[in-house]
Amino acid sequence: MSEAVLTPMPMRFGSNSGQSVTRRDGIAKVTGRATYAADNRPDGMLYAVFAPATIARGRVTHLDTEAAKAHPGVVEVFTPKNRPPVVGDPDKKPFMFAIPLELLQDDTVRYAMQPIALIVGETLEAATEGARLLNPQYEVEPPRTGFDAEPARRAAAGPFGRPAEVVHGDTEAGLAEAQQKVDVTYDTPAQYHNAMEPHAIVAKWDGDKLEIDTPNQAIVLSRGFYAYYFGIPPENILIRSPYLGGGFGSKAVPYSPLLLAVAAARQMGRPLKLVLSRAQMFGPVGHRGATRQRLRIGIDGEAQMTALDHVSTAIVDSFDSSFPEPAANASQGLYNASSLHSLMMVVHNDIGVPGAMRAPGEASGSAALECAIDEMAEKAGMDPLEFRLKNYADVEPGTGKPFSSKALRECYAQGAQRFGWAGRPLAPRQMVDENGFLTGWGMGTALFGAPMFAAQARAVLRPDGTGLVETAAADMGQGAWTALAQIAADSLGLPLDKVEFRSGSSDLPDGGVAGGSGHTATAGGALHAAGTDAIRRLGELAAADPASPLFGTGNQGFVARDGRLYAARDESRSEAYADIIARAGGQEIEGKGSAARPPEDAERHAMYSHGAVFAEVKIDPLLFQMRVTRLVGAFAAGRIINPKLAESQLMGGMIWGISFALHEEARFDKRTGRIMNTDFAGYHIPVNADVRGLDVITVHEDDPYVNPLGIKGVGEIGVTGTVGAIGNAIWHATGRRIRHFPIRIEDLLSEG
Amino acid sequence: MKRFDYVRPISVADAIAAYEPGSAYLGGGTNLLDLMKIGVVQPQKLIDLGRLSGLDAIEMLPGGGARIGALVKNSDLAHDRAFAAAFPMVAEAILAGASGQLRNAATIGGNLMQKPRCAYFQDPHSPCNRRQPGSGCAAREGDNSNLAVLGWSEGCIATNPSDMCVPLAALGAVIEVQGPSGKRDIPIDDFHRLPGDQPEKDTALQPGELVIAIRLPAEAAGFARNARYLKVRERTSFAFALVSAAAALRLDGGKIAAARLALGAVAAKPWRVTATEDLLVGQAPTKEAFARAADLLLAGAKPSGDNGYKIELARRAVIRVLEMSAAGTPKRVPALPASPFGDVAKEHSHV
Repeated sequence: MSEAVLTPMPMRFGSNSGQSVTRRDGIAKVTGRATYAADNRPDGMLYAVFAPATIARGRVTHLDTEAAKAHPGVVEVFTPKNRPPVVGDPDKKPFMFAIPLELLQDDTVRYAMQPIALIVGETLEAATEGARLLNPQYEVEPPRTGFDAEPARRAAAGPFGRPAEVVHGDTEAGLAEAQQKVDVTYDTPAQYHNAMEPHAIVAKWDGDKLEIDTPNQAIVLSRGFYAYYFGIPPENILIRSPYLGGGFGSKAVPYSPLLLAVAAARQMGRPLKLVLSRAQMFGPVGHRGATRQRLRIGIDGEAQMTALDHVSTAIVDSFDSSFPEPAANASQGLYNASSLHSLMMVVHNDIGVPGAMRAPGEASGSAALECAIDEMAEKAGMDPLEFRLKNYADVEPGTGKPFSSKALRECYAQGAQRFGWAGRPLAPRQMVDENGFLTGWGMGTALFGAPMFAAQARAVLRPDGTGLVETAAADMGQGAWTALAQIAADSLGLPLDKVEFRSGSSDLPDGGVAGGSGHTATAGGALHAAGTDAIRRLGELAAADPASPLFGTGNQGFVARDGRLYAARDESRSEAYADIIARAGGQEIEGKGSAARPPEDAERHAMYSHGAVFAEVKIDPLLFQMRVTRLVGAFAAGRIINPKLAESQLMGGMIWGISFALHEEARFDKRTGRIMNTDFAGYHIPVNADVRGLDVITVHEDDPYVNPLGIKGVGEIGVTGTVGAIGNAIWHATGRRIRHFPIRIEDLLSEG
Repeated sequence: MKRFDYVRPISVADAIAAYEPGSAYLGGGTNLLDLMKIGVVQPQKLIDLGRLSGLDAIEMLPGGGARIGALVKNSDLAHDRAFAAAFPMVAEAILAGASGQLRNAATIGGNLMQKPRCAYFQDPHSPCNRRQPGSGCAAREGDNSNLAVLGWSEGCIATNPSDMCVPLAALGAVIEVQGPSGKRDIPIDDFHRLPGDQPEKDTALQPGELVIAIRLPAEAAGFARNARYLKVRERTSFAFALVSAAAALRLDGGKIAAARLALGAVAAKPWRVTATEDLLVGQAPTKEAFARAADLLLAGAKPSGDNGYKIELARRAVIRVLEMSAAGTPKRVPALPASPFGDVAKEHSHV
């Protein structure tokens, strides 16, 4: 066997990360081979449909269960009188992220669309008609709807264990000494996640063992929920969640309808499927709560902010109140104001429990903040970008902590250049295009935290030199598994096609939650650690084996590349993985890894992704129909594992920003507390024709502190900044400040 | 699902013979099936018209009119070259409605028969005089920002959602129907009814009557050079109108020789006032003349709730669509049909 001539190659960490690899699930999805949860049909399966409350507050006094049961094909009707048993207490909150549930424990109605009965049928049609035939009668109490339902009161705490109030310095004093001030109030509406794939579950019991197919963003965590409510060990539960048709924060933990379905499956002794209708997505499965935000900003004679005071009042449910949309948070961490105050208030309504929805807090908060900043810049007579640069924070405002990295200046510069921001007229209503459309340019700063959670992973080097990696990560449709596989392949020193990637199942190591924009960093970190561990073990074998070219090189370490292990300081010495394993007896090599951010790292640095979004809108001068014609976003989010997927996700966030600014809104009937636009004909999101000129720049950013891989996150930041940029562009086009979202034709027409 | 009988006759006579009270005729199903799923209509018998022969032709008539079979698909009519050349604002209106997939399934007859999109009509748990006579109108004090400003009654403030019917109304289309007592013609102006004190009677059809065809009379011809449809809405495509307007002009020597004008999304039927058209005749096509016409067309408009803005928006839409018509029908269908952005968007067609 002739010896290969080895050309020393530049040292680098793998060759997969950083490549725009096409997503691995794409073909399966476009050809229909991807099996989503609701595609499963185990033998003997029953269909369940929940009957939703059609009032927002009161008590169910009668259900016509006889009529429902008499309908052909209806097998069972569960109501509070014969509810399928659960072991865990639905009124308790056993875990973080758990909410009080409606599992038919009583006849109370606390929000519209709450499950009040579960109908089981041999067919979906039978169960659906059974639900209709229940014809519920109620004792109705007047619902509390809107901000005027009661006086706002201080929130007990913010979501995610955050405080309701953060104070740095004295904003009242800062406002008192300010040369100029703005004091503005912005409203944002309730929004509902409405992933393309609705919540769905197929549950199958075998004794006290449970198999579940359901789309889920936190598979192992959710397994614990099911274990609690059904009184069985987590090991008895297998959750499969290979594909999600979107989650957006709504599929992190199981909600009432899913748990009811599992309880019914157990009671019926047959597999059972439940899929929410589109309308049923508006209530029991979380939403982004409406906010009313008062922002007070003061500046001194140099346009330096003396105060930034942000009070956000969020509409919350009446029975849990654990998730006041944390909009005021958006004002922490961004601008260098000499005093900072953010406070969360709540108003209780008769609605389902709000929850985390893509960029929770920051989406709504940034919308109001970035518009208020624009108003302040206007008052200061400054270009909005110049004003933001004037108040640029080089350390975290208030805390004084250094940023782990912050390439926001570069985002501003590159975004502004790509957009052509220079030369923008300061005053509004100055630009009219060749077709007579009012044209406006606006900008907003994007900010989102770069958290990490906890995850584990396993990596195996097989005797044939290929690899296998496992972690129960979730791919919400954005391509997470492809990026994670890239990280895993690099850690094993293998090309992507030599690594089998297993994920999306609860019997794998805990991949953590796909949320908070932290999944790639966390699950990726665990995969990296596992692969590194496997390579370390492989190196130990080789270094201890006199027959290996790597014998005795153990103390200099190894480089793993393309299925060969190299001595770190002498690349002429190397050996293929398969050869090392074969001589060691042909047993596969297993590595284990975990990732989490050490608390001291979190203490030492402030960690955020940053960005700058520039928007152009065109508006018909008389009809006021609006269109976002250009949207440029420049984002610095640490290391980008897969540029194509990251840019897609940032684009998706920016499109959500268009949606927030111009379209999305749950419309409540104030008399009944019911939402009247529970379908996509009424609940508008942008269509293709609304999305033009989308341009994403990822700004290079090396972050040595955020985590070993230098990854932040791109899942949510695209929404932030964008909403404000569009609102500001509308002002710039028309001279009108519309202080609520979505902005509608009606708003501009009213005084135009 | 509520059980129902399903029949699929092959002739109009068989279809009519199959009719009994509680039956519904099924065309493309893009509206009726949705309403059945949400429990708003519950026919005991569904008479599927999909196999009827002889109702799928588009005929250009001598004298310039046209006859369109009730089962012609919306897409097929909009893309029929001869028809679109003769009646461009009808084609533009159709292409401004729904989505490609829906237009491919929806029939012309079904388009005429569309039910209102009022959220309360579509919600079986709300009072609605149209759905359940005498139960009241939940929209009157509810979320009504896109409901009627013309022709409404205390009993109902819903609007007709059709785009296609607006230019058809402007052009004075005739609806050919056939029922147990034979065939008859119904002028489109009489076809859709204002709610009055009988909102549940939304069309002039008698029980068992079936739309056979839509006819554009010879008088509707001759407007092809100056005919436009404009649809104002909250997003650029795939949304119902806040207001829409169809206008067709015949220009002669710098003067308006004939005019056709109607508004959509403002009432339970397309809103046409022929006096408005008469007012334009003999005038130069100026903004002032158009504004006078708009004022007359909207005479008597009043908000039925939080929708007063629609009156001013409609006024502006009328002026704009008349200006667009005066400027001439574009040679090609705009990338965004009927959109304020349609003629100028240098982009791929969204049709």
